[in-house]
Amino acid sequence: MSSILMHAPALVIALPLLAAFFTPILGRFNRKTISWLASFTLGLTLLLTLFIAKQVLTNGPIVYVFGGTEIGLTLPFGYTMPIRIIFQIDAMGIFMGLITAVVAFLAAIYSISYMEQHTGLDKYYTLLLLLATSMFGMELTGDIFNFFVFFEIASISSVALVAFRSTISGEPAEAGLKYMVVSSISALMVLFAIGLFYGQYDALNIATIASVMQFTQLDKIALILLVTVLSMKAGSVPMHMWTPDAYSEAPAAITMVLVAASQASLYALFRIAFSLYNVTLNTVTVGWIIIILGVLSMFIGVTIAIIQSDIKRLMAYHAISQTGYMLLGVGVGLAVLTNPAALESYGIKAMEGGIFHIMNHAMYKGLLFLTAGALFYRTGTRDLNKMGGLAHNMVYTAVFFIIGAAAIAGIPPFNGFASKLIIYESVYQFNPLLSIIAMLVSILTLASFVKVFHSAFLGPQLESYKSVQEVPKSMVLAMATLACIIVFFGLFPELIVKYIVHPAVMALIDQAHYTATILGGI
Amino acid sequence: MRIGLLETGSGHWNAIIWVIIAVIIGIGVLWLRNKGQENYKKNTDQTKPFLSGNPEGSKEDSHVGASHIYWGFTEALKKYYEPLVKLHTGNVNDYSGWIVLMMAIIFIIVGVS
Amino acid sequence: MIGNFPFVTVIILIGLGIYSLLFKKNLIKIAIGLTLIESGVNLFLIALGFRKGAVAPIYTQAPEGVKMVLPTPQALCLTSIVIGVATTALVLSIIMIIYQRYGTINTDEIRRLRG
Repeated sequence: MSSILMHAPALVIALPLLAAFFTPILGRFNRKTISWLASFTLGLTLLLTLFIAKQVLTNGPIVYVFGGTEIGLTLPFGYTMPIRIIFQIDAMGIFMGLITAVVAFLAAIYSISYMEQHTGLDKYYTLLLLLATSMFGMELTGDIFNFFVFFEIASISSVALVAFRSTISGEPAEAGLKYMVVSSISALMVLFAIGLFYGQYDALNIATIASVMQFTQLDKIALILLVTVLSMKAGSVPMHMWTPDAYSEAPAAITMVLVAASQASLYALFRIAFSLYNVTLNTVTVGWIIIILGVLSMFIGVTIAIIQSDIKRLMAYHAISQTGYMLLGVGVGLAVLTNPAALESYGIKAMEGGIFHIMNHAMYKGLLFLTAGALFYRTGTRDLNKMGGLAHNMVYTAVFFIIGAAAIAGIPPFNGFASKLIIYESVYQFNPLLSIIAMLVSILTLASFVKVFHSAFLGPQLESYKSVQEVPKSMVLAMATLACIIVFFGLFPELIVKYIVHPAVMALIDQAHYTATILGGI
Repeated sequence: MRIGLLETGSGHWNAIIWVIIAVIIGIGVLWLRNKGQENYKKNTDQTKPFLSGNPEGSKEDSHVGASHIYWGFTEALKKYYEPLVKLHTGNVNDYSGWIVLMMAIIFIIVGVS
Repeated sequence: MIGNFPFVTVIILIGLGIYSLLFKKNLIKIAIGLTLIESGVNLFLIALGFRKGAVAPIYTQAPEGVKMVLPTPQALCLTSIVIGVATTALVLSIIMIIYQRYGTINTDEIRRLRG
């Protein structure tokens, strides 16, 4: 058993991939079992990810060499740089991997009931499993071209899933087209930057490039390309316009997975800025660029969210706004990277807040999108003007919505408050104005979710919704799991911060450790 | 109380103590509420919504729709919202245009520094 | 100086691709623009591997004293071409569905999702 578990990093990629290609064959025989196969596979992947997490958080980074004589052999005899594709899993990578595993598993559980009446289900689960594979690949890899390949797989499968409902109406196809055009541009620019790195340093491994990086003009161009397109894929203003279209037209469980995929691109941005370049770039300038992108995203995202009348579009704009918090927190950390006193006193804390916010955001945003999906499933509409008084019938959905809305607005004792508090207090020491804007955005977030709660759930019971019942059990189960995670993270935030977030932040900051893991010796 | 204690860089936050205090205050609120009057009869006019004596229209009419809820806020900030909403055209060419524009701006900023 | 010609072509191709993405209203022309950018980046990758006076990297027993062109960018380019095929197929099939549902492929009219 332990020899199989040694290959856990490869299994995390291989299992969903195998199940993805096996699903259409199984779908020919029995339509009902494919959803169970997908849930089972993603559950196994979740267990494997938990196993890898325990190993990484106790023993340090794991290295997995594909095709070597033994899995830890990064430098074969006589070589001074690695030549194979290497998965390098440190605390930050497995942090994102945990989020992906939980979100993908709950999406499969939710889809058991949500997509039951839909045709073409074998394609849906194939694409969902491929999307999960590609997100794991993006987060665990240590090779930059491998990252590009998984990035493209993720964009192709998520576009196909966004356009999944185009048999019913035309808007999902339009959303899919816009997402595809934008994804294509970003992926090709990433490939251009990879070409620039390869042409100069003759290496494709991130740690190898980091160890020989001199910040030439071409590296500056590569940095600009990567910062722009990766922050665009994460959904930051002013390149955010694909986000409301894609998130609102996708099926609800897929929107939750798309949020995690956007965060995988955000992880890539941090990996490039911290582990690839580190102090060779001008950290104050790039840090301030990321901070300005974050502040713009926060503010513009939430102010446009207030005037929306489509529930999923409103939540998508909030996803943009919360991404601004993450960019703000980590941007402050990047800006003070060369200043050891400031880094010790508030830089690390700001990064902890930003990265903790990534996990919290995936949880509560996922819960909110699942409740929006539950409302769509029972009422058939996403328009808030038509809904009303649904709390009389859908009690569980209303309770989960309250938990999700309180978490996103930063109300104690839920997890949003814990991460936002860390961001406010540490960013305040960097520049008070940024912290005040962040608090203002939090108030506007609460305002818009009070609007949603009033329109959809409060009020008298309407005639047209008299026969609406609660949603089926698998959907309630998925939402309840997320709500429990939110409450647990809110009551015991210091467990998460001390054991999972702080190692992730230290793994990002410490570039020497990242290179030494592959190239050996400090 | 060590368990549940989050140390931000400049302070402490303990969610469990917050929950305990909230429960205590909630019990106090409920005790005060129970000291109120108890003489109301169900299913009479006492439980219908009060609209200053006017007759109640249909239930659909009495529920304020989502687009009308924050009318004051939206109207007051019209000068900020009008150009912003017009900027979100929904046109695919503009989506790529923004990417190229931001790339140019970041190129100028990083190139000069 | 003449050795820089492939890279100048790359810039021209990517520039033309971005031009047609930004200013052309027909969806098919936007898809063509995407393939132009992809061709430009593939050419860039191949041109990186060239060494003057070298032969193709296909020999097991190489002739004496002769350099070989770098094979790794050729592998990267092949991967990228395959990914480009999948992307182009997906974009074109989505354009077909849009034409079926909207009746037009002019980007000024495919704007139901805005605001």
